[in-house]
Amino acid sequence: MALDSRVPKGPIKDKWTDYKNHINLVNPANKRHIDVIVVGTGLAGGSAAATLAELGYNVKAFAYQDSPRRAHSIAAQGGINAAKNYQGDGDSTYRLFYDTVKGGDYRSREANVYRLAEVSANIIDQCVAQGVPFARDYGGLLDNRSFGGVLVSRTFYAKGQTGQQLLLGAYSAMNRQIARGKIEMFNRHEMLDVVKVDGKARGIIARNLITGEIERHSAHAVVIATGGYGNVYFLSTNAMGSNATAAWKIHKKGAYFANPCYTQIHPTCIPRSGDYQSKLTLMSESLRNDGRIWVPKNIEDVKAIREGSKKPTDLSEDERDYYLERRYPAFGNLVPRDVASRAAKERCDAGYGVNATGEAVYLDFAAAIERYGKEQAKIHNIKNASAEKIYELGQAIVEAKYGNLFQMYEKIVDQNPYKTPMMIYPAVHYTMGGVWVDYNLMTTIPGCYCIGEANFSDHGANRLGASALMQGLADGYFVLPYTIGDYLADDIRTGKIPTDTPEFDEVEKEVKDRIDFFVNNKGTKSVDYFHKRLGKVMWDKVGMARNAQGLTEAMAEIKAIREEFWKEVKVPGSANEMNTELEKAGRVADFLELGELFAKDALVREESCGGHFREESAEESGPQKGEAKRNDKDFAFVSAWEYKGEPADAVLHKEELEFKDIELKQRSYK
Amino acid sequence: MNLTLKIWRQKDASAKGQMVDYKVTDISEHMSFLEMMDVLNEQLVNSGEEPVAFDHDCREGICGMCSMYINGEAHGPDRGITTCQLHMRMFKDGDTITIEPFRAAAFPVIKDLVVDRMAFERIQQAGGYISVNTSGNTQDANSIPISKHAADEAMDAATCIGCGACVATCKNSSAMLFVGAKVSQYALLPQGQIEAADRVKNMVAQMDLEGFGNCTNTGACEVECPKGISLDNIARMNRELMKANL
Ligand SMILES: Cc1cc2nc3c(=O)[nH]c(=O)nc-3n(C[C@H](O)[C@H](O)[C@H](O)COP(=O)(O)OP(=O)(O)OC[C@H]3O[C@@H](n4cnc5c(N)ncnc54)[C@H](O)[C@@H]3O)c2cc1C
Ligand code: SF4
Ligand code: FES
Repeated sequence: MALDSRVPKGPIKDKWTDYKNHINLVNPANKRHIDVIVVGTGLAGGSAAATLAELGYNVKAFAYQDSPRRAHSIAAQGGINAAKNYQGDGDSTYRLFYDTVKGGDYRSREANVYRLAEVSANIIDQCVAQGVPFARDYGGLLDNRSFGGVLVSRTFYAKGQTGQQLLLGAYSAMNRQIARGKIEMFNRHEMLDVVKVDGKARGIIARNLITGEIERHSAHAVVIATGGYGNVYFLSTNAMGSNATAAWKIHKKGAYFANPCYTQIHPTCIPRSGDYQSKLTLMSESLRNDGRIWVPKNIEDVKAIREGSKKPTDLSEDERDYYLERRYPAFGNLVPRDVASRAAKERCDAGYGVNATGEAVYLDFAAAIERYGKEQAKIHNIKNASAEKIYELGQAIVEAKYGNLFQMYEKIVDQNPYKTPMMIYPAVHYTMGGVWVDYNLMTTIPGCYCIGEANFSDHGANRLGASALMQGLADGYFVLPYTIGDYLADDIRTGKIPTDTPEFDEVEKEVKDRIDFFVNNKGTKSVDYFHKRLGKVMWDKVGMARNAQGLTEAMAEIKAIREEFWKEVKVPGSANEMNTELEKAGRVADFLELGELFAKDALVREESCGGHFREESAEESGPQKGEAKRNDKDFAFVSAWEYKGEPADAVLHKEELEFKDIELKQRSYK
Repeated sequence: MNLTLKIWRQKDASAKGQMVDYKVTDISEHMSFLEMMDVLNEQLVNSGEEPVAFDHDCREGICGMCSMYINGEAHGPDRGITTCQLHMRMFKDGDTITIEPFRAAAFPVIKDLVVDRMAFERIQQAGGYISVNTSGNTQDANSIPISKHAADEAMDAATCIGCGACVATCKNSSAMLFVGAKVSQYALLPQGQIEAADRVKNMVAQMDLEGFGNCTNTGACEVECPKGISLDNIARMNRELMKANL
């Protein structure tokens, strides 16, 4: 099947408007006759469900948690971008578009990104109207901060809990529709497969996680909004339940899977401390606005710190290597995530890591506290303020900005970050790859849409901070509600989709057989045992840096783990009850396939770009020495994989990327 | 550390539950409480037993799922945290730890430590929102100036994670801190005013319908709340309710 991105013709700035002017509409009275299933109620699914219901469609929404409010979006800390130019620092739709395309290392689709930048300002208006308590300045206007990879202040935030507040906004909009009966909410339900009728997505099979019952749900269209697949690494900043199951199941039923190898490794996470660890905790990137990143200059000091005979605060300014400021003077500590992550790894690999495992660098607030303290002393007209007073005043400002993050750090590490620098290290965070979608956000299965982190479209090979929330809400509030209407306009006479059909019978049987296999298999090893092994292969060979040999080995090793899994996995308990091991087994089974495709995709892409760093493809000389070397001539495409059985047999389709409005350039942050 | 755990096991909502003793060994003080539970569960799975079911997801104190009653306290002995943020350094080698589900008539047990908090959902559905159309045709955000103080206070109220610790810890199983927090958020913002009276009446009515008890100003909820939601929110809710009934 040829890939058609369905990008509208015409100048980029008019595409979306023209498109909206020409699509088919569904008459409000007819929307009542149309059902839509939305799987996932994070920012993307929650906003989509609320808006579709508002428009008049009958929505059935699904989430595996006990409430939409607990979707993983709740954990996003730093903020959400929008080209409002409230700060008057030169922001515009074009600049947000440009920064996002450049930040993604020129591997995203121009038209989608432009549309995202275009609707971004609306998102803030919408959320404020819903009562989202964004940070305000003293004049009562909205406050902004800056994130990595940009030179303007366009990030809106609600303390360090922006995702929480945005999600509660979408959740409240959903609640209003649930109360009106326009959304039927299925909490503690997991989608286990999609059902196609005449080639179109017409329903899903879901498991009620309380009773274990397998249910059939039909609709005229199915929207997948199930988030990212970072948990393929076992350790990541994602929630424990985050998974790829829905995305993978639609892939197996015909949806192409795009760019699986693009994974974001976030530079500012709490380093891991032991083998028992179940997840990694992110410290928001916004901390890099005020924190300076360094390691000791001298290896003796590193040793002394590790032994405990020196403290980081004992080292003077010139005994420290502020390596980001040294290497990237223009962006300094605010370089994009992929650049910051690799730079940390480079220092730690060279032996300068500051904790016991050698995998940590410092994030230091002393300078910011002093700077703010002095400023406050001036503002409050305190003459000859003592160092303590300045510190106290400065600390209050830092606390107001990042208090909850500092508290979180202290709870986990048991050290006070106001007094001693935080220790951070990169961790798997976000997946830029995902289900391939066209401009309408439709997958290669007609009637099956995919939005939010689960799709691939807007971030290219690297996502800039504060743009996932923006994309999730743009897709859900403002894009999908239009594009899906164009498709559903053909369905006003279809009537209810029956579920007592051979198509539903067949998929339900597949789902049940698999569950029966798990609960009856007489294996000897737990699901986690396999997940951890998969995670280790992924991190060691398909992690921050990759090479052909490692990737080839990874593919073989993952296949071997998968084969062993199907022989040896043990799932206690039964199918007809709440069974958390059974839930995990299904998710890990899917990760074991996705992981292999991931490695295969990384192997094919013989270039470095964004979150994909191929060791064979680095700049060898000149001012960019050691940086990622992209190859636009051969790799300016989206890889879209078609399922053919074993992941190793997947077939590659290329969507060639066109850059008409932005010139392809070396991505430099020097 | 080696520990004895006394855990509530209950097959499903209708089954009778009981406390069961387990031993775990080699627990590191750096582990979180839930990681310690993972160790136990791995042990149970390896011996072919059913692991202990408990709710959890984000493991960073924000989703509000990890409800557990530990040694007689919601979320355990530390203050201002959820169970996933509780660290084993709070315990000593040889300790016996009692682990039970949140207990309240309005939160029925589903299995082991997992309870049903749907009552909270229904309260929110009764009015915990602002009725604005999600069309994107709203006015420019800066045309609704909000004082920093009001925005900050609304934000403090809005940080409630819906965990239910307030209910679990209250001798009357009152949900007033939770409902008060939500009512306050909107009461403090100009956008929420038009529906204010209906909102508070409907939410409080639903709260009563769900079988939550009344507040007798004991203040235990505030002490156990992982997000430091203050009693002021209950006072504000009561004021809002009075105003609405005038
Ligand atoms: C710690 C952290 C901090 C972050 N900070 C920021 C930030 O500051 N700014 C920013 O822009 N981005 C940030 N991100 C990224 C951003 O939060 C996510 O990309 C985004 O929230 C994803 O939203 P979503 O709606 O696509 O998916 P999610 O919020 O993950 O929602 C997934 C939904 O799908 C449901 N689900 C999954 N599988 C199934 C299934 N099989 N059946 C039924 N339901 C299912 C879940 O129940 C859930 O409702 C952060 C991410 C993390 C991990
Ligand atoms: S008020 Fe506090 S204890 Fe109660 S649900 Fe909210 S966060 Fe939990
Ligand atoms: S697991 Fe999310 S708050 Fe504890």
